[in-house]
Amino acid sequence: MTAPFSWIKPEPHGIYIPPADCWVDPSRPVDRALVTHGHADHARGGHGETVATPETLAIMELRYRTGTENDAGEIPHKAVPVQYGETIRLPGGVDATYVPAGHVLGSAQILLEHAGERVVITGDYKRRHDPTCPPFEVTPCDIFVTEATFGLPLFTHPPIEDEMAKLLDRLAAHPDRCVLVGAYALGKAQRVIAELRRAGHKAPIYLHGAMERMCRLYEEFGVDLGELRLVSDHSKDDIRGHIVICPPSALNDRWSRRLPDPITAMASGWMRVRQRNVELPLVISDHADWGELTRTIREVDAAENWITHGREDALLRWCQLHQRRARALALVGYEDEDD
Amino acid sequence: MEEFAALVDALVYTRSRNEKLRLIAEYLRATPDPDRGWALAALSDGLDFPAIKSSTIRTMLMERVDPVLWTLSRDFVGDTAETASLLWPAPDHLPSPPTVSEAVALLGGMNRKFVQAELPQLLDRLDASGRYALLKLATGAMRIGVSSRLAKMAFAQAFDVSVEEVEEYWHGLDAPYSELFAWAALGEAPPDTENLPTFRPFMLAHPLEETVVDLADYAAEWKWDGIRVQMVRAGPKDNESTRIHSRSGDDISATFPELLDVMPFPAVLDGELLVRGAHQGGEAGGAASFNALQQRLGRKTVSNKMLADFPAFVRLYDALILEGEDLRERPWTERRARLEALMPRLPDTHFDLSQVVEAHDFAHLAAIRDTARDEAIEGLMLKRRDSPYIAGRRVGYWYKWKRDPLLVDCVLMYAQRGSGRRSSFYSDYTFGCWDGDPDAGAELLPVGKAYSGFTDEELKKLDRHVRQNTVNRFGPVRETDKSLVFEVAFDSVHESKRHKSGLAMRFPRIHRIRWDKPPHEADRIDALKALIRD
Ligand SMILES: [Zn+2]
Ligand SMILES: [Zn+2]
Repeated sequence: MTAPFSWIKPEPHGIYIPPADCWVDPSRPVDRALVTHGHADHARGGHGETVATPETLAIMELRYRTGTENDAGEIPHKAVPVQYGETIRLPGGVDATYVPAGHVLGSAQILLEHAGERVVITGDYKRRHDPTCPPFEVTPCDIFVTEATFGLPLFTHPPIEDEMAKLLDRLAAHPDRCVLVGAYALGKAQRVIAELRRAGHKAPIYLHGAMERMCRLYEEFGVDLGELRLVSDHSKDDIRGHIVICPPSALNDRWSRRLPDPITAMASGWMRVRQRNVELPLVISDHADWGELTRTIREVDAAENWITHGREDALLRWCQLHQRRARALALVGYEDEDD
Repeated sequence: MEEFAALVDALVYTRSRNEKLRLIAEYLRATPDPDRGWALAALSDGLDFPAIKSSTIRTMLMERVDPVLWTLSRDFVGDTAETASLLWPAPDHLPSPPTVSEAVALLGGMNRKFVQAELPQLLDRLDASGRYALLKLATGAMRIGVSSRLAKMAFAQAFDVSVEEVEEYWHGLDAPYSELFAWAALGEAPPDTENLPTFRPFMLAHPLEETVVDLADYAAEWKWDGIRVQMVRAGPKDNESTRIHSRSGDDISATFPELLDVMPFPAVLDGELLVRGAHQGGEAGGAASFNALQQRLGRKTVSNKMLADFPAFVRLYDALILEGEDLRERPWTERRARLEALMPRLPDTHFDLSQVVEAHDFAHLAAIRDTARDEAIEGLMLKRRDSPYIAGRRVGYWYKWKRDPLLVDCVLMYAQRGSGRRSSFYSDYTFGCWDGDPDAGAELLPVGKAYSGFTDEELKKLDRHVRQNTVNRFGPVRETDKSLVFEVAFDSVHESKRHKSGLAMRFPRIHRIRWDKPPHEADRIDALKALIRD
């Protein structure tokens, strides 16, 4: 008989499961990895075997060419797809079930069960509606490992409809210009496009070249994004009065000089705090805000909460104030690719 | 308050100066009195509510939010008012929001004893943007990139009146400037400013450049290196008061209390504010360098030690109004004669006269000017003898003839993106000089920063150079391989503890880009040190 939860170990490079000899979201190459979703701070290339949803595996294939032959003509990587709701048995008597996390296409929480003990690792998640992925499901467990990217009480994401209205109003007010929206290439960009469509915006949307392949992949998985065009195929005049989506790094880059007097917008949860480097802040996030984080901890109601990936101190303090057991995990290699 | 909050937010997110002007002008046209007057005051000079400080806000929040969560949030945001506006536990239903005037009246009525009860009631009537605008307004620090000059220009633009007139009337009035709006927006008579210590816009000079003038038509004076001020004494008889205005029209009286009781008669005088010292000559003792004067600038209260160590005085250039008589239409010669006649009536402890520089001809004057550097004088002013005193810069009347700048060869070290139109270019440059012999392993130490002095064409080339020669990135800053030499022009150089090189340049700008010059031939720190004159 081993000590309770001795089968799960938070390490600096990910969460390790000794009986199964595998890792969850490891930040360096390992023999077997369980991956919650495709963002670079969770999904790295170079693993021997990756267990993830088919969508996440497709995203990783796109980003890391994990299915490509090496010089010896072998495909060294083994991809193990798991559908939402499906349970797979890992070595050592550990069961893993993939549960929707509502974060981006293919994102999952991973429920691990061993010796009657249940641990849920959320990866990243949100509780808001997202037309590009199924919603987060509350899963009862003993240990709840939650992210805390927006773990400060000042973070309240407004309704996305308000932010879309801001964007479309600004566009309508400047028919000779364009609105250039900085959005992360995986998830945020497609959600913004899908929400624009939901708000009735039917015009073509222009893309920075770096956005194209991920948008096509979303479409292959059945997410309708309407008519998309590449900036590089069009003249300045074509783009007047339209929305352009680019990675945040391109917002003030030389690339933007080809656009017709762009109004720079940024779609990110960090926009809640005023900053001067954009003209149109859009508070849109694929992460839970403070209210969602605390509500989720309450609803899951685990015996213990492990907090990681963000501003742990404040959420830890909240747990203390509400008599919930909690500890902060110091994982390395987590960066905000996906805020 | 909602419209004001929306304006504040729009200004935070607007880079273009023209767009800022347009936003403020639109607000001023659309908003009724006295709201727009209070808003204008809040945006430009700031309103003062002594009962409300940053600490007031902190105390108020700590009663409502866990102190640890407050501190973590405050540290993340970096601004107390903004953090409070985001964390405020708003009621589900906001009662009707206050107007700007109502908010100003309520804030003005608060005292330290009741502020903790009354301020929350006001915040409960506002949404997050409104709370931000209110708390910024209440603590008197908007910091949203609106100078008082910009506010005046926006006002002029809103009502299609001249900015000089706006400046002249504005400074005699207090918020909410009802008379100013009545005049500009409703076409009523302009405010009566005769008995008010009102600012009259300065007459300014053009650079002389290639022009040669005949000294029969022009008089020359030194251009002193202090700050240009206007001393105004006005008011009902025996109850006059003095104000000191800076070049932008800002009231800086509180910074120089020793000058407020030394004008024995009502007048408007134009001069250079200096502190006593040995560098810049004069009749009743010299003045110190600009560096010494800097100790006195920007202070709201002044210690006795400051007053003793850096006593201020004004070196007079011109007289605009003397005891009710407006001299601005008269020729410079007449105003000068009146000013000279006035000097015996002014205490020489606090005033002296800017001397006219006598020269046989222009060439002689040029020779005199070349010797000026050692006295830390900025150059010469040439004033047409028959010129009236006219607000602003009018061609042909006054010229400034700056002495040639100092030059030094520096090596480009770091580049940062510019703002606005230049935000996609690396246009802000930090450059350095060698701390010894570069062939014997000396290093470059930064000596200054410049973002002007080159053409758009050159900017493109510089941008390309930076991108192609980057060795390191720190956020928006790129470190280059230090292969490019700039000939940097500057007005003077001073010792400074803020820089590792121990030096700080005044007005550095790129004079020439020396694509041809190898970096090891750039100047050494010692060469720059030898140019220090204070
Ligand atoms: Zn993510
Ligand atoms: Zn993440």
